[in-house]
Amino acid sequence: MSFIKDTLFVFRRQQRLILRVPAFVIVGVVQPILYLALFGPLLTKLPAGTLSGGSGSGGTAEAYRFFVPGLLIQLALFGSTFVGFAIISEWRGGIIERYRVTPVSRVALLTGRVMRDVVTLVVQSTVLILAGVAFGLRAPLGAILLSYVFIVLVATGLSSVSYATALRLKSEDAFAPLVNSVVVPLILLSGIMLPMTLGPGWLQGIARVSPFRYIIDAMRDAYAGQYWNAVMVEGLCVAVGTAAVLLWLGSRVFVTENA
Amino acid sequence: MAIIEARGLARDFTSRKRTVHAVRGVDITVEDGEIVGFLGPNGAGKTTTLRMLTTLLRPTAGTATVAGADLLRDPLGVRKRIGFVPQAIGQTMGGTSDNSLVIEELFDQGSAYRVGRDETRRRAAALIEQLDLGGLDQRYVKTLSGGQRRRLEIALGLVHQPQVVFLDEPTTGLDPQSRSNMWEHIRRLRSDLGTTVFLTTHYLDEADALCDRLFVIDHGVIVAVGTPDELKRRVSGDVVTLSVNGATQAAWSLLSESPVVRDITVADGALRLTVDHGEEALPVLLRTLDGAGITMSAISLSRPTLDDVFLTLTGRSLRDDSPGGADRDDTADGAPALAGAGGAVAGTVAGTVGKE
Repeated sequence: MSFIKDTLFVFRRQQRLILRVPAFVIVGVVQPILYLALFGPLLTKLPAGTLSGGSGSGGTAEAYRFFVPGLLIQLALFGSTFVGFAIISEWRGGIIERYRVTPVSRVALLTGRVMRDVVTLVVQSTVLILAGVAFGLRAPLGAILLSYVFIVLVATGLSSVSYATALRLKSEDAFAPLVNSVVVPLILLSGIMLPMTLGPGWLQGIARVSPFRYIIDAMRDAYAGQYWNAVMVEGLCVAVGTAAVLLWLGSRVFVTENA
Repeated sequence: MAIIEARGLARDFTSRKRTVHAVRGVDITVEDGEIVGFLGPNGAGKTTTLRMLTTLLRPTAGTATVAGADLLRDPLGVRKRIGFVPQAIGQTMGGTSDNSLVIEELFDQGSAYRVGRDETRRRAAALIEQLDLGGLDQRYVKTLSGGQRRRLEIALGLVHQPQVVFLDEPTTGLDPQSRSNMWEHIRRLRSDLGTTVFLTTHYLDEADALCDRLFVIDHGVIVAVGTPDELKRRVSGDVVTLSVNGATQAAWSLLSESPVVRDITVADGALRLTVDHGEEALPVLLRTLDGAGITMSAISLSRPTLDDVFLTLTGRSLRDDSPGGADRDDTADGAPALAGAGGAVAGTVAGTVGKE
């Protein structure tokens, strides 16, 4: 099918180009490792059950089962929402227009790039998980594989919407503050650093708005060994739904932009 | 059948309730194998028209057939059959990636048009040869000179051997030598490959030297169509300047009777005659003076420039534009998107459009 061929074509080109300048891929993974090294130890000193809502055993095991899923989502959030910057410079370079006049599917111009970002993120996440294990993370293999499902879905949606928004704005000056004003509250409300259950009722209420809240909760349950419960179903539904809606929105922009 | 046929093609841009009529219903007919120029000052609507014809921008009104495919009903058909080389200066550049190798760009372009690998290799080799890119195929694009990069961009527009290629400001930003070199390459596209070339330019010498036919566009309207010579003739005719030995007055009365002379003035002791067809008028004038025994010391024929044409047609000179400036009609295109991004940006855009 030509759409899949087109997506793979765009993916290969983008992959080749990013490997020529791997600096930011490396920078992207250094940051969460810093969090792991510099913030993780603070969590290990919390009383047992603080991070897991009562059931945890405390110490290193509870801390990293809590913290690693959060950092994975943070990595996906930062990594994927910032990809739009690249497309602004590609647009400015005339590269988007060059491909928009070829028979290559315009949606594939998006999906090929998203695929590149997903692959990048999977590699970064693997580095992070391995680092987590080195620090003392102990989680079931199934849970770790499941976290890849979530990461892929989150990255797909966020990359799509980031590309689409950036392509609409066509200006780093407009895009940067927008991204920051969206990502920072999302990170804070997702309970990446500390569980939202520690917060007052109103804050927990607001946090329900963030889709990543549900995803992180589901991942943490999995890391604690609970796979099939309501939290997991909720998390998967939110992840699939968010990814689908954002991907669809992004595709619309790529098909119609200026055309 | 014409390879490009557009009727009433128009595009409006709306930015903050202000509507800018970038292109106001243009009719364009281009025959197979022509080199056609779209001439106009910055902001006249050249790029907007080109972007409509290349499926980058949906027309507000009008219809067009490009290379046999209907622009509105079959944009994919149009894309398969045309080549497009975006302008390399201004808001967006020419479409090559700094970190690609020259050969990778050519192969990617082949893949994008579903040309097989072996066939792409063959065509890439031919294009490298044709466009003087020999020895550069393993170089990074960012290491190319401006002229080399521009030639690569043109090569990319040709990998799939399109019936018609659209070149947006092909030589803007190039040094004079690269420019005339580029003209030679563009001429060869037609002579060697039979490709129809549709280019935009705001250089008069380029339009004059390169194009079989010109569309002069101003404020979104086509104000004149014709060969460069036809356009120049429509304006003011050719000017013959001649000096005679002593008998200026006699020559004046003699020549003002001549049927080929439209107008005659004396300036700095020389006669300045306006004639319709300079090359046909010269022998007549020579015979007339010779018959009366008047000898000349100097004679010259000058044709009106396209700048004169432009001045007459639009009331302003093309040279008023800032040199090498970007074709700002693209700003109007960005305006709707920018409007939401902040008042300052949108305000600037509106100001730019308004000035035009």
